[in-house]
Amino acid sequence: MALRDTHVTMAHGGGGRAMRDLIAEVFTDVFQPPGHEDQARLMVDALQKPGARLAFTTDSFVVSPLEFRGGDIGKLAVCGTVNDLAVGGARPLWLSAAFIIEEGCEIAMLRRIVATMDAEARAAGVTIVTGDTKVVERGAADGVFITTSGVGVIAPGVDLGAAHLRAGDAIIVNGPLGDHGATIMAARGDFALQSTLASDCAALHGVMSAAMQAAPDIRAARDCTRGGLASALNELASDAKLGMVLDEAVLPLRDEVRGLCEILGLDPLYLANEGRLVCFTPPEQAEAVVTALQTLPEGQGACVIGHVTDAHPGQVRMQTLFGGARIVDMLIGDQLPRIC
Amino acid sequence: MSMQGCRIRVRGQVQGVGFRPFVWTLARRIGIRGRVLNDAEGVLIEAAGAGLDSFAAALRDEAPPLARVDSVEVAAAEFEDLPEGFEIVASAAGAARTRVTPDAATCAACLAEIMGDGRRAGYAFTNCTHCGPRFSILRALPYDRAQTSMAGFAMCTDCATEYADPADRRFHAQPIACPACGPRLWLERAGIEQPGDGIALAAEALRGGQIVAVMGLGGVHLACDAQNDAAVTLLRNRKRRPMKPFALMGDMDMICTACAVSPKEAARLSDPAAPILLLAQKGVSVAPSVAPGQTNLGWMLPYTPLHHLLLARFGGPLVMTSGNLSGEPQVTTLAEAREKLAGFADAFLLHDRPIARRLDDSVERITPYGPMVLRHARGRAPGTTRLPPGFEDAPEMLAMGGQMKGALCLTRGGEALLSHHLGDLDDALTWDEYRRAMADYAALFDHSPAGVAVDLHQGFRATQAGQALGLPVVEVQHHHAHLAACIGEHGWPKDGGAVAGIVLDGLGLGPDGTIWGGEVLLGDYHGFDRIAWLAPAPLAGGDLAQAQPWRNALVRLDMAGLGGLADRVFPDAPRAALRQAVAAQVNAPLSSSAGRLFDAVAALLGLCPMRQTHEAEAAMALEAQAQAYGVASPYVLPAASGAIPTDALFRAIAADLETGQPTTRIAARFHATIAEMFCSQARALVDTGQAAAVALTGGCFQNEVLLSACMARLDGYRVLHYQTLPANDGSLAFGQALVALAQGLPK
Ligand SMILES: [Fe+3]
Ligand SMILES: [Mg+2]
Ligand SMILES: [Zn+2]
Ligand SMILES: [Zn+2]
Repeated sequence: MALRDTHVTMAHGGGGRAMRDLIAEVFTDVFQPPGHEDQARLMVDALQKPGARLAFTTDSFVVSPLEFRGGDIGKLAVCGTVNDLAVGGARPLWLSAAFIIEEGCEIAMLRRIVATMDAEARAAGVTIVTGDTKVVERGAADGVFITTSGVGVIAPGVDLGAAHLRAGDAIIVNGPLGDHGATIMAARGDFALQSTLASDCAALHGVMSAAMQAAPDIRAARDCTRGGLASALNELASDAKLGMVLDEAVLPLRDEVRGLCEILGLDPLYLANEGRLVCFTPPEQAEAVVTALQTLPEGQGACVIGHVTDAHPGQVRMQTLFGGARIVDMLIGDQLPRIC
Repeated sequence: MSMQGCRIRVRGQVQGVGFRPFVWTLARRIGIRGRVLNDAEGVLIEAAGAGLDSFAAALRDEAPPLARVDSVEVAAAEFEDLPEGFEIVASAAGAARTRVTPDAATCAACLAEIMGDGRRAGYAFTNCTHCGPRFSILRALPYDRAQTSMAGFAMCTDCATEYADPADRRFHAQPIACPACGPRLWLERAGIEQPGDGIALAAEALRGGQIVAVMGLGGVHLACDAQNDAAVTLLRNRKRRPMKPFALMGDMDMICTACAVSPKEAARLSDPAAPILLLAQKGVSVAPSVAPGQTNLGWMLPYTPLHHLLLARFGGPLVMTSGNLSGEPQVTTLAEAREKLAGFADAFLLHDRPIARRLDDSVERITPYGPMVLRHARGRAPGTTRLPPGFEDAPEMLAMGGQMKGALCLTRGGEALLSHHLGDLDDALTWDEYRRAMADYAALFDHSPAGVAVDLHQGFRATQAGQALGLPVVEVQHHHAHLAACIGEHGWPKDGGAVAGIVLDGLGLGPDGTIWGGEVLLGDYHGFDRIAWLAPAPLAGGDLAQAQPWRNALVRLDMAGLGGLADRVFPDAPRAALRQAVAAQVNAPLSSSAGRLFDAVAALLGLCPMRQTHEAEAAMALEAQAQAYGVASPYVLPAASGAIPTDALFRAIAADLETGQPTTRIAARFHATIAEMFCSQARALVDTGQAAAVALTGGCFQNEVLLSACMARLDGYRVLHYQTLPANDGSLAFGQALVALAQGLPK
């Protein structure tokens, strides 16, 4: 153990011995990337099949606090990119991970974050094959920022996307909404709630492959991250030029999330999720998907929450508990009050 | 042989109101020869003979009830081909550019007919040129029967004779009808038409405590016996509407039994617009569940033959509330009525004359300072307002209004047309209707705007709809629009100089990114300075602060160092969590809203502190308390400029509470304090010559106690306050249009 410091200093970013020690002990010893070059050299057997396609995505992760109930920023960074690949119908294979570390960051915490990343990656069957670290002065970042990129393979014949949506399609989610957003909000505000909330952060490659197996004609899927279910659905509705109708009575919400939203005046449809996807299937295949998802830990709360319609193209509406319908908008910047 | 005479141009609301037969009758009485016709600019008369002067004067003085004569221009002319007598000539092309007349309540002559024993005895669709449906049945202009929802009813010979006779009250009455040829009425239960007289069956159902859906003029109402508490409570439960007052319909005797009605109020009730009028209750005359906790009741007279007949058969006051699901627009079609109201109504009184466009009942009140319009709808829309001097040559402009109480405004040819009340645009069906209204008004008024005016708030759906039109956009700050609407209603000239605007409102986005709503603005159509404002407080929970008054009380009390009082007054509220949210700035934007200040004080006094079930419930309860006390002295607060702190106000209220002062007195002193706080600022602007008048605007000025307290403090000053347009967001679009016209379109 060459690394004796308890906290990251500017020296760890200087390119010298301190940096090499940090990278070796905290990162590469854990991730064990293949080879020692500054690039990953990968065999893409899966691409040998005619019609197979490469999927490639990238995402940056910032969260405060860095560690929260149900996960930490490392888990987010792996799951987020795995999910971006999975909802496109790809089997995730490799990740890169780049770290921007604020001077003063506790090394023990870094180790914990890296450990979760490693565990999540192994569980998801992906390898972290390359990476980078930078140290910035105190105040120039907030603890740790992580960027992950991911590569996966889409099997021949798999083609998911908004263009495939049809009026009548069922809208399915894999579990309760807003757990992650509510957990972060509660942690940040230190709200006086006896909260048992935990983030929903999870890798969804298993959920996705189960859904694709159960519904041969599955149309599309999205992960509902920042901006929540509302934003994911609005994007799809506008891309597909179709409308969506949600049924408030069946929206899966935990009581704690509901309660927190009632106090803070937040709409759970806009709360962030990190382990929730929404997928679209022909109506007759919906039940099979729900049943299949419910057998998985990440899909226990799966249910149909609405359907696609051609009645109001580009617009998402929700049938409310009182029998009316309200428009579920795309958020424009901050959610500012509108009631005069 | 050529002949000397004159050409008379009459402008105003002169088409579809029996103006040409009126001219015809008048000409024959005076002995004038010539002709009269409708054209694109109004009515044109070519006339010759002795007595032309008295003829021209009578055109204005004796005009039919629904006519509104703006001008009579007489020019000498020479004619070659004037008829021997006097003729009505068929409409010239281009009449589409004239006005549409609002719907009008049944006239005395038609009422006498339906209550008599002629061929229209008991006929629910009787009308004439002086009354009846107009805007609610109009599909396109020009206003001819074929372009209305009467198109499917072919006139019988008797009706056709009346229609063609200039001496008849029904000459060219487009919706003319009789039992032989017109719309029919029936009562159905569970989709099955019941044999017998629909009116009689409906009255019987109402007497039995049932709820009857009544298809009326601009939509379907839900009616029940207003004196039967069980029936009214049943209606409340079915509609899931626990507190919001229900409107009532009764004849003048019933209304005068229930409420104190002044001559001005009686006249307003009897206006052809037949609005719902808020009147002070004077005794117990209807079930307490009609308007729980209210000092006022909202009454209207029957305004169609159907309503007259039903009321006469039933013999007592009726609750008449809009037939809709909570938050949705009132239903207008047979199919919607059957589908959506199936769970609400036991029976359906329906008819087969389609409603072309939904028109809610207008809501108004009479204050010591004149009429006050709360909702601009049936009977008033589509009305036009002349644009103030300086705007004569303004281009055509479309203004989109706000998020709540959606309404459009179109300007053209020196006039502004404010659409009927459309509703809250969060509701999907209201939004659909708003979109249809955009197309509807553009087509009806042949409008092609050069630009569009919108609110600054990008989250307002109306703003987004305006931006999507692809026209040059002018963004107008919410309270600047409120100010412009108020001075515009008074015809304040475009370059008439700055006015001190007291804007007391719910909320609107300010150019600084905070939420405004309790302001003194110095300015005019062109621009404004923000002179004073309520010290901002967090809106804890965003829009939830509107629904839950206690949130506003908590933050204001905490600001004043009275957190302990908040703990005592709201023991069961999640105070700690809310305080943490405020501290962490989670969904707690700062706001100077006056509406939320009224909510805060109401909550502190125990007036629906935890949740309002309808808009302004808390503020209305606070007003009622203040009204019960009468005139009170304000709390004395330190002078302030710029941000006006509310700490001393809350400490004064807390002291009054501690000494056991009655709620009514505290409420009255609070109203007086707000009036003094803002009027002193406005007076200073006038006294120093910076402002020429004071304007009172924003939704809080629907509060009569506040209006009176301000008027008393502005005695001797020129004060502009609303008389014909709503003080709330219902007139926002009018103000937006004026600001956009004054500022000009972006290049
Ligand atoms: Fe407003
Ligand atoms: Mg991404
Ligand atoms: Zn009449
Ligand atoms: Zn007839």
